[in-house]
Amino acid sequence: MPNSTPAKAKTAAPASAGVMAVLAPAIGWLIPGAGHMIQGRYVRGLLLFVSIITLFALGLMMQGHIYKPNGGDILDMLGFVGDLGAGGMYIVTLAMDWGQGAIAMAVADYGTKFMIVAGLLNFISVADAYHIAIGKKQ
Amino acid sequence: MTVHLTHFSAAFVFALFASIVFGITHRETTRDMVRYGLYCFVMFLGGAWLAGWAMWLVRR
Repeated sequence: MPNSTPAKAKTAAPASAGVMAVLAPAIGWLIPGAGHMIQGRYVRGLLLFVSIITLFALGLMMQGHIYKPNGGDILDMLGFVGDLGAGGMYIVTLAMDWGQGAIAMAVADYGTKFMIVAGLLNFISVADAYHIAIGKKQ
Repeated sequence: MTVHLTHFSAAFVFALFASIVFGITHRETTRDMVRYGLYCFVMFLGGAWLAGWAMWLVRR
């Protein structure tokens, strides 16, 4: 009988890791850094959250342009893929109809790039959360 | 609310946050993360600074 608990633990651990391998990237995509936080990496998660959110918010405040899925142009589609990486922030931005104005100042184009890069950085963050979940990284 | 950043401050902000994410995601230990983050920051900002001077030389 004393062996039953470790045996259960052995079977439960891979199942929990499997769930986490799906959950952490999904939550990490919606909220940057959250994939790390739910795995107990609070400082890393917080730093990722602050970095990615700030970069995206600064992009919006610099009057950067947000790309939509039906851009037509190949560069617009690439911009959309980058923006999509921002997850929840991208959804909120589209819902609030932000980032749709014409670019009226030189640094506004930097804002557009800031938002694309924030999304791409979040993709890297999501991949990192997945690697932690499957045990490839500490 | 609109933010007006200069070219250098935009490069600085970009380098800072991109370096933090690169450091955390590309290295295993805390020490290595800090070192790699600093390396990326210097490379981002140093690269922008060098490119700026290169463009100034080309323009003359």
